[in-house]
Amino acid sequence: MEKFAGLDLQTYWFLILGGLFSAYAILDGFDLGAGALHLFLKKEESRRIAMNAVGPVFDGNEVWLVMGGGALFAGFPVAYATALSAMYIPFIFLFVGLIWRTVAIEFRNKESMPWWRKTWDIVYTFSSISIAFTLGLILGNVVYGMSFNSEGDFTGNFYDLFNPYALITGLTAVALFMMHGAVYLSLKTEGRLFTKLVIMIRRFVLFFILTFIMQAIATIVFIPYIAERFKKYPWIFIFPLITVLSIANIPRLVWKKKYGLAFFFSSVTIASMFSLVALALYPNLLICSVASMHNINIYNAASSTTTLKTLLLIACIATPLVLTYTVFVFFTFKGKAKLDEHPGD
Amino acid sequence: MNAEILSRIQFAFTIAFHYIYPPLSIGLGVMLVLMEGMYLKTGKKVYEIMTRFWIKIFALIFGIGVATGIIMEFEFGTNWAVYSKYVGDVFGSALASEGLFAFALESGFLGILIFGWNRVNAKVHFFATIMVAFGAIFSAVWIVIANSWQQTPAGFHIVGDGLHARAEITDFWAMVFNPSSMTRLIHVLIAAFLSGAFLVLSVHAYYIVKNKFIDLATRGFKIALVFATIASLLQLWSGDSSAKKVAAYQPAKLAAFEGHYDSASKADMYVFGITDPKKQTSFGIKFPGGLSFLLYGNFNAPVKGINAFKKEDRPGDHAIKFVFQTYHIMIVCGILMIALSLYGCFLWWRGKLFNRKWVMAIFCFSVFIPQIGNQVGWYSAEVGRQPWLVYGLLKTSEGLTRSLKEGQVLFSLILFTLVYLMLFLLFIYMMNKHIKHGPADEKNNMIPPGSKRNNPIIENS
Ligand code: HDD
Ligand code: HEM
Ligand code: HEM
Repeated sequence: MEKFAGLDLQTYWFLILGGLFSAYAILDGFDLGAGALHLFLKKEESRRIAMNAVGPVFDGNEVWLVMGGGALFAGFPVAYATALSAMYIPFIFLFVGLIWRTVAIEFRNKESMPWWRKTWDIVYTFSSISIAFTLGLILGNVVYGMSFNSEGDFTGNFYDLFNPYALITGLTAVALFMMHGAVYLSLKTEGRLFTKLVIMIRRFVLFFILTFIMQAIATIVFIPYIAERFKKYPWIFIFPLITVLSIANIPRLVWKKKYGLAFFFSSVTIASMFSLVALALYPNLLICSVASMHNINIYNAASSTTTLKTLLLIACIATPLVLTYTVFVFFTFKGKAKLDEHPGD
Repeated sequence: MNAEILSRIQFAFTIAFHYIYPPLSIGLGVMLVLMEGMYLKTGKKVYEIMTRFWIKIFALIFGIGVATGIIMEFEFGTNWAVYSKYVGDVFGSALASEGLFAFALESGFLGILIFGWNRVNAKVHFFATIMVAFGAIFSAVWIVIANSWQQTPAGFHIVGDGLHARAEITDFWAMVFNPSSMTRLIHVLIAAFLSGAFLVLSVHAYYIVKNKFIDLATRGFKIALVFATIASLLQLWSGDSSAKKVAAYQPAKLAAFEGHYDSASKADMYVFGITDPKKQTSFGIKFPGGLSFLLYGNFNAPVKGINAFKKEDRPGDHAIKFVFQTYHIMIVCGILMIALSLYGCFLWWRGKLFNRKWVMAIFCFSVFIPQIGNQVGWYSAEVGRQPWLVYGLLKTSEGLTRSLKEGQVLFSLILFTLVYLMLFLLFIYMMNKHIKHGPADEKNNMIPPGSKRNNPIIENS
């Protein structure tokens, strides 16, 4: 097995995959969250502003899902095939949700009839919640395990996918994104809407803490291998610790009016929760709940080393490019005051 | 109906729906570059208004393209799990590159395109337009390479056997430049350019017929007409090279396209007709020996016929009848576009391009020609590939997800059908609204340059 800096290629790909999905959760997380709390905003103007805060960026955020999916397919085709085919119906719901949400964001402000806008507001909120929930459900099933045979063919029952652990994870995802989305919106708004959001943030933080505790208990109860891992490598405790500390930080920073930092810490919360999942799974990608020898891990699911190396090279070329223009685009929409001082020639 | 048939229908339906939009954005992307380029060159306000108008439409098309594309990426895994494992090593890198190079580029700069008029200067905006156009073109590159690999596999070997068999890359560049990838890529891209150009032609012709926005409409029409003429002529050449590749690497497919059964004889080329696989004959208007001539430059050269292939290795009877028609419709579309654009150029040369209402009326509907061409082109290529999923290596029936239940696919198929129907109606409604509304009141919406807008959020209605 070839190694670079002590880690093998498969592990690099595991890390990249984790990075892509965390980035997706952090980025699309805030716009999903903004969508999920949309109906809590009562005034037409607030809703319009809230939606416009998401409009220019959500497409770009979804690209991370596309890249994550592509990387999973390329790096670990067996895991890609098994996960998608086993969770057929949840994934179909996810896709339908993604379509409706795009449509709602694109079409809401295009007509001024109240019924039109109200309809799309409802579609926007419900699709956002259902996407967040389904993403959580899928992650929950990955951690909980599914039953499949040595070929990776799903042998379970459709209802197995709706086990309590997966349902709780779905709820946690919704709560997490709502908190994250509220913090994002507070960054992007001013005036009365802003004051309202600040109050909301406290409630969403509370809601999230509640689900987080439930999630922790459920993990201890349902997922024995995680507890074992904690026993074996106690340093992993750092991650729940970071999570808890950053959650605690959010209301404090909001109170101090440091919204940028609050957003940073809600992103850290997401990242550390993902790290925790990754550490718990590694080197597995999908847990088989009937026979652990059928587990799909980064070795038996991986593409050939030639492909992994080619992909790594592609990623090394593309990532700096993507980062450069992502930063460029973000700055275009941040530093507007400066740009407007030098109007175009 | 079993899970296999339903999955095939579902895949065909969802990709065909997705494929309404990408060609439009690829083609329109280039049109935007041309329009905004004219603006920068001439400094005429009318080109800016034109560009802005088409950017709005671009954004609408793009959004639906993205929403339907995400489904495509994951549908390989949901319905074609065995195939995904089989081709993952080869295919995945193409899809991953697509995400990294193309989609990120396109989605990133699109924000500047739509919301950036007052935030960046004209040159930066133009740069963003070029990047979006490139992004759209790149998205086609990798996916067409991946598809071409399954038509004409190269640069791989098979490891494992039976259920565990899968293709592994041995030579990355041989995989990328597999025998058909470049000819097909060119063909697909030109088809996309035609889709964009004819959309612009149609809408501008509509304004001319309605006698609205005349200055803008005629200027835009001319840009698009030049582009459409060049592209439609090139498409003839590119289609011919595609046909030669198919003859060389997928002879059973070509024979089905042309309804050619008997290997020993010279092959005719049909303009219209029907083919009857039972009686093994085709009827219609034809050039005797035409196919032989096009492929080998000799009217009497024998061309391998359908009968040279075992029944289980070639398209079924229904598929043969189907691709015979779709293939010929595609060629008719090509000829129509050449005729239409050349006639337009001729009138322009005579200085009467915009004098004849009926010519403009025809152009109003011309947007459908490349769309039909695109759809039937892919149907031919993909149905003609049957029964192979990966040509010569993996049969379609073997690539299906084994745990898939008929009910599940039926459910998802119905759901997609309903959602897509709604989506399509909304799309048409919105397009219609944008077009009816026209580029007119852009002027009133314009924010004076240099104004300080403190609200970071711009109304996007
Ligand atoms: C990279 C892969 C790829 C790409 C770019 C396309 N397809 Fe495809 N297509 C497949 C990969 C594929 C497939 C997964 O290989 C299918 C599924 C079942 C099959 O036999 O092949 C397929 C089947 C399939 C069928 C059904 C054929 C049959 O079952 O008899 C149709 C009609 C199309 N496709 C149409 C299209 C259109 C309109 C496309 C243009 C965008 C397109 N395909 C691009
Ligand atoms: C099965 C095959 C295909 C898959 C898996 C696929 C996947 C995708 C995905 C995931 C997106 C959304 C990207 C984003 O988030 O920005 C997308 C959009 C797009 N796709 Fe596809 N696609 C397929 C076929 C094609 C084909 C054949 C073409 C062109 C020849 C194409 C061209 C595009 C373009 C230009 C976009 C940008 C959105 C738009 O302009 O409509 N795709 N596709
Ligand atoms: C003018 C004469 C044309 C000829 C001789 C021609 C020839 C071909 C051939 C042989 C194929 C099959 C390639 C394969 O199976 O690998 C094909 C596919 C295709 N054609 Fe055409 N074509 C023509 C015009 C057009 C036009 C006008 C359009 C649309 C605007 C178009 C769009 C397509 C598409 C989208 C495909 C599927 C992608 C591919 O396989 O390359 N074609 N064409």
